[in-house]
Amino acid sequence: MISFDRVTVTYPGASAPALANVSLAIEEGHLALVIGATGSGKSTLLRCVNGLVPHFSGGRLNGTVTVDGRSTEQYRPRDLADAVGYVGQDPDATFVADTVEDELAYAMENLGVDSATMRRRVEDVLDTLNLHALRQRAISTLSGGQRQRVAIGAAFTAAPRALVLDEPTSSLDPVSAEEVLASLARLVHDQGTTILVAEHRLERIVQFADIVVEIGAVPGDVRSGSPAAIFATAELAPPVVRLARVAGWSPVPLSVRDARRHAPELRHRLEASKGPATTASPGDRVADVKGLTAAYGPIPALADVTLDFHEGEVLAVMGRNGAGKSTLLHHLVGLRRPQRGSVEVLGRAPASLAASEAIRLVGLVPQDPGALLCAENVATECRDGDRDGKLAEGTTRAMLESLVGGISDDTHPKDLSEGQRLALALAIVLAPEPPLLLLDEPTRGLDYGAKERLSRQLRQFAARGHCVVVATHDVELVAEVADRVVVLADGEVITDGPVRSVVCHSAGLASQVARILAPAEWLTVEEAATALAGRSPEDRTSS
Amino acid sequence: MLRTRLQPLHPIAWWCWAGALAVAASRTTNPLLLGLLLAAVAWVVTTRRGNSPWARSFAALMRLGLIVIVIRVVVQVLFGDRVPGATWFTLPSVPLPSWAAGVTIGGPVTAQAAIGAFCQGLQIAVILACFGAANSLASSFRLLRCVPAGLYEVAVAVTVAISFTPQVVLSIARVRDARRLRGRATSGLKAWRGLAVPVLDGALERSVALAASMDARGFGRRSTSPRRRQATAAATLGGLVGLGIGLFEVLDSGSASGLGLAVVLVGGALVLGGLAAASHGSRSRYRPDRWLVAEWLVVLAGLAAVAGVVAAGSNDPNALVQPLYPLALPAGPVVALAGILAATVPSVTAPIPAPMRAKLRRAVA
Repeated sequence: MISFDRVTVTYPGASAPALANVSLAIEEGHLALVIGATGSGKSTLLRCVNGLVPHFSGGRLNGTVTVDGRSTEQYRPRDLADAVGYVGQDPDATFVADTVEDELAYAMENLGVDSATMRRRVEDVLDTLNLHALRQRAISTLSGGQRQRVAIGAAFTAAPRALVLDEPTSSLDPVSAEEVLASLARLVHDQGTTILVAEHRLERIVQFADIVVEIGAVPGDVRSGSPAAIFATAELAPPVVRLARVAGWSPVPLSVRDARRHAPELRHRLEASKGPATTASPGDRVADVKGLTAAYGPIPALADVTLDFHEGEVLAVMGRNGAGKSTLLHHLVGLRRPQRGSVEVLGRAPASLAASEAIRLVGLVPQDPGALLCAENVATECRDGDRDGKLAEGTTRAMLESLVGGISDDTHPKDLSEGQRLALALAIVLAPEPPLLLLDEPTRGLDYGAKERLSRQLRQFAARGHCVVVATHDVELVAEVADRVVVLADGEVITDGPVRSVVCHSAGLASQVARILAPAEWLTVEEAATALAGRSPEDRTSS
Repeated sequence: MLRTRLQPLHPIAWWCWAGALAVAASRTTNPLLLGLLLAAVAWVVTTRRGNSPWARSFAALMRLGLIVIVIRVVVQVLFGDRVPGATWFTLPSVPLPSWAAGVTIGGPVTAQAAIGAFCQGLQIAVILACFGAANSLASSFRLLRCVPAGLYEVAVAVTVAISFTPQVVLSIARVRDARRLRGRATSGLKAWRGLAVPVLDGALERSVALAASMDARGFGRRSTSPRRRQATAAATLGGLVGLGIGLFEVLDSGSASGLGLAVVLVGGALVLGGLAAASHGSRSRYRPDRWLVAEWLVVLAGLAAVAGVVAAGSNDPNALVQPLYPLALPAGPVVALAGILAATVPSVTAPIPAPMRAKLRRAVA
């Protein structure tokens, strides 16, 4: 269905090819999962399939890409619209119409599909993607998961035989992500669609994949094969696979369900070792939120939230898209003034401080860390950081060096990888040493390697006495890094407790390891690994 | 043909109705008639609007109308012509040099001046409310779907521009937040300079993503040959230019000269021909809006209001204005009242938008 024959892509002005000598074939009706570190060329690979590379992006493509028997050499993306549907990374930037139905019909209108067929296909897609109740809604009123499903539907109504998706679940909460993935599975099973999808959070999607394409760090190093074969050795692997490797299970299970068959034996082995460590008591109070209430117009965002934040603790804030996580962080950093209630960091209200003063008290890395960066190159960015925070020259640069080494001074922030960009934003926010550090959805677009580095760094900040607050959907990150978890629902605090009890006793928020080893309370692969190795797991707060 | 359950009223019908009411409002400064027009518009909007974000534009334009009234009255009181009549109070006046004749600052404020200004402000507010009603009942997006296929590309550009504006507002808010997070000032000239580049940057990125998505969904794919497309575009453009020049000629000289009229006719024919030829493309339309009985009723209801007001005016021109000398209650010409009452017919005959129907069903159950 989709085949690459010795494909090499070089973007204009680039010194090295973005993809080198890729050959692969994806059969009809398969769901192919593309994995690889950030910047390895996953998006480029996907955009080759419908000819966006090179027709739209510019650059040079050697070799041939064929889809449904048509070569992208002769066909432009618009001519392939009936063969391939493409869903980009940010669905919000791709909508043309204002209501769901019109958006779904858009591609068919362009193709000149007759009106009876159009009606039928729109109804089909509304059912398949479970959008029926939303058919006349304005797209701007939908939630993130619903928008993602509309974007998939809009690409799918033209009845393409292949569908290409670039990180369809990266900004979704676990439940919305499951819904989107279930929709994809239905397209594959019921309609025989070929799907090519790139993802970083493998834990959710691996079980649906028929074939895995691994793009290695070295250009030209592309392997494809069955999930079991690839994950037996792949560097990037979901927790279930890594647990299997630690426990020595073979063949490697890919889903929690498969893994649970081996679980009793592993639980037994783990029981013999010392149980998982409990976290130490927190330090002094850094910040206080009392009775905080906020609303966007008529829509309530936070309702009577009372929380305290302590030195040396990593606090995870979880909850659905729109539950009020970002609003809470915005109040803590002083972007918004409380309507009712109070927010105090070390006894001062951040919203009433001057910006230059506030950054010494509390720092926030927003959802899109790139938003903080606006200079021409990394060196200027760091110098600006020193100036804004009235710091000694070189402080920000030194902080960046300690987070991630080897970024050259004259790189443009937009040319950094996702992980490097996050590190630069973190360095700028951390340079004035604010006692309270907030991160909004930091793992979006990060591969497992970058994520692991981030968790280690967050633990270090906490050990140095910062209070770290992370708003996230990523349960695996929470299991790795948090001491305490706060769950918000519709602006109210539902749960506030130590990570082990929250993560192990919640259906939606459990990490893969917790699901596999339930009812025993283990959170991460590392815990299990250290326990199996016979050492007592190190105490988190002393690390 | 029967109306299907989901088919909303044709957007052009709503815009005609609102346009007619705006015309009716522009014919009168009688506050009684204007108030009734406003009530009729508001009643139809509350009974027949959907729940899209655009449905809220009526309230926004009502607020704008209120501001217009206030400004009109304040400007009249401070700087307006000194109208004779019953003086309410006197503001200290500033003598101006002779070259500023016609402009006054302060002076006596009469009931006639204030009431007259209020009525004029009210007229503008009602016209604004009609525009808001059209937007609430049938968003500009839906109106743009009705353009002939020959103008499709233009309609897409306008659609994208409409949805782009709120995005820019959001983007400015995001960049301001980012500036604060970096400890920089968020107001003042320097801050605005710092905003421009990232906002434009973000807008550019969005445009590229949108273009990629449209390209991937077949935008601009046509079976007609490029040569034919160029020919139709040239015909349309040439026709428009001819039409413009001809119209100018006809309207400028006051009396229709033969040449001007000919140019208008040829230009118009070229435009229509170009549009018709371009419409023979390979695009199709999903659920095109159809023009049925309900649409005629809505348009007629709007026309009834115009007819009523015009008829009242021809019976007695004074019935359409607020009597100022002497001050008296405004007249209530029966024929105009009947026309305005007829304008509320859509609140019964127009189809109920689907989301609202669901709400009604739940309320009944």
